[in-house]
Amino acid sequence: MRKLSRLFLGMALAGTMAITLTGCGNNDDKPVVKVFNWGDYIDPEVNKIFEEETGIRVIYSEFGTNEEMFQKLEPGNVSYDIAIPSDYMIEKMINNDMLEPIDVTKLTNYPKIDERFKNLPYDPNNQYSIPYMWGTVGIIYNTTMVEEPVDSWNALWDERYAGKIFVYDSEREGIMAALKKLGYSMNTRDPKELEEAKQELIKQAPLVLSYVGDEGKGKMISGEAALMMAWAGDAMVMTEENPDLAFALPKEGTNFFVDAIVVPKGAENLENAYKYIDFLCRPDIAAKNAEYIGYSTPISEARALLPEEIRNSEVAYPSEEETDKMEMFTDPSDVIKLYSSIWMEAKSSASQ
Amino acid sequence: MDKKRLALPYVIWASIFVVVPVLIIVYYSFFDKGIFTLQGYKQVLNPRYLGNIMDSIGIAFISTVICLVLAYPLAMILSSKEMSAKGIILLLVILPMWMNSLLRTYAWGYLLQDTGVVNSLLSSMGLPTMQFLYKKSAIVFGNVYNFFPFMVLPIYNVLCKIDKNVIEASYDLGADKFTTFKRIILPLSMPGVITGIVMVFMPALTTFLVSRLLGGGKTTLLGDLIEQQFNKTGDWAFGSALSVILMIIILITLVFMSKKDSFDKGGGLF
Repeated sequence: MRKLSRLFLGMALAGTMAITLTGCGNNDDKPVVKVFNWGDYIDPEVNKIFEEETGIRVIYSEFGTNEEMFQKLEPGNVSYDIAIPSDYMIEKMINNDMLEPIDVTKLTNYPKIDERFKNLPYDPNNQYSIPYMWGTVGIIYNTTMVEEPVDSWNALWDERYAGKIFVYDSEREGIMAALKKLGYSMNTRDPKELEEAKQELIKQAPLVLSYVGDEGKGKMISGEAALMMAWAGDAMVMTEENPDLAFALPKEGTNFFVDAIVVPKGAENLENAYKYIDFLCRPDIAAKNAEYIGYSTPISEARALLPEEIRNSEVAYPSEEETDKMEMFTDPSDVIKLYSSIWMEAKSSASQ
Repeated sequence: MDKKRLALPYVIWASIFVVVPVLIIVYYSFFDKGIFTLQGYKQVLNPRYLGNIMDSIGIAFISTVICLVLAYPLAMILSSKEMSAKGIILLLVILPMWMNSLLRTYAWGYLLQDTGVVNSLLSSMGLPTMQFLYKKSAIVFGNVYNFFPFMVLPIYNVLCKIDKNVIEASYDLGADKFTTFKRIILPLSMPGVITGIVMVFMPALTTFLVSRLLGGGKTTLLGDLIEQQFNKTGDWAFGSALSVILMIIILITLVFMSKKDSFDKGGGLF
């Protein structure tokens, strides 16, 4: 019953999308590869080069959050050959048996990926995923409004900046900052620690100017707020647009993440998927992407091809010593409802 | 018979894309992984979420009232004979709708921000700046701006259709302007007013982006809550239960409004 209604729902929700997709696939006999990636997470030229070199057409769609991607890839919905989720989501998808194993021996460029990004806890033997980009989370701040250098999550709780703080409207990241500020693990399941984090977030709420989504980046550039949590890749782009902005990694530790390429179960064009993965791992292509989107490539040979200010940037490429101190998210499935209610409570305490 | 057949394509369309999805939503509000549960509805009773629902209704109500107060006089002016710039003003009302409302809302988010164009203008004229955004009034503003045309057009339509002889008869019989308005024009324009109210109240109740982009994400509306259940938490039972509640609120509004028997009298958009 559930399967059947899923199917119906899939049809109804993704109806138009599926029609366009299959429609596209059928109107000529060209081979295709269907790719599902984060918004603004590839140099558009890369897909064009791939099409020219291989004759395989790229059908490209974007998603906004890992959770949105997960819902759309559930069985009965649209099928893709390639998806690029983050670490903890890959772990969740492996647990739900949603991924096709990847044979790395078929990828000529796999050996070029740095060892430190291989065999990470979310996919211990790289059976299901190939690293695409990585990065860290820190604080971006406007040096004209914040006088002393920021080095701690405490800055986002500093009353001197009341009404000048943007908080990313994402329960995972929000709660992560509170837990790290308290010195706990970002993956804690301990109700007492989570309760303390909630109290921290409620304390933070009156100081928050706005809980922002992607528009926060543009608003930070325009000088609307003094501080915001940011991903390092976004920080690279933002500091370039507004030189008054600076980025700091909090000393209490933070999140270190890897976004990796996976092949969802039910992929129809496996062979093309392999070609596409291998193409993305080619150093010149990886460098092109890294330069365009601002995130960090896990391929040293690609990093060497980047302009000097990116290649040697401490924001984009913190040392291995530093990233070793950071933590990766794990699959949150069992606490996600608790996370939601904590986040809702914190946010609604701001509305009074 | 022929007429009925012409309606067939729409009936098929509506049953696939309206009726089936609604049934699926109702199904998911009662069943979690195939097991019957009222958990979704129990969660709705949580005071925090009830507060979100009340916020949504309150903001939608205020937005509707403001739209009505602004739209009625405009519709009256437009429908009067002497108005020569009628076409241009109507065009100005409709023009913003040529662009996607999401883009316009983003734009307001930048125009009205603390360091935005409006505040820079204020301060360059030596006036104190104001915080427009990140509060409930900003959400109301966004709603009024987005849905204003839906209030103006039906009222304007109905006012245009009022037989001028009836109004003249009222004057001939000695009624002054105010009495004529109260006893003749207002009652005859009610169908348009009611359509306008429904057309503004419904989207204002279900909106979710305005609260995030203009309200600073501090006020969570029903639409936000539902979106969050599907896109973030993955709690389909709760999300579906909320959707069912939302549909019930809208149905109650429609029943209440149609009691004033307006829909078959040509309220314009229906």
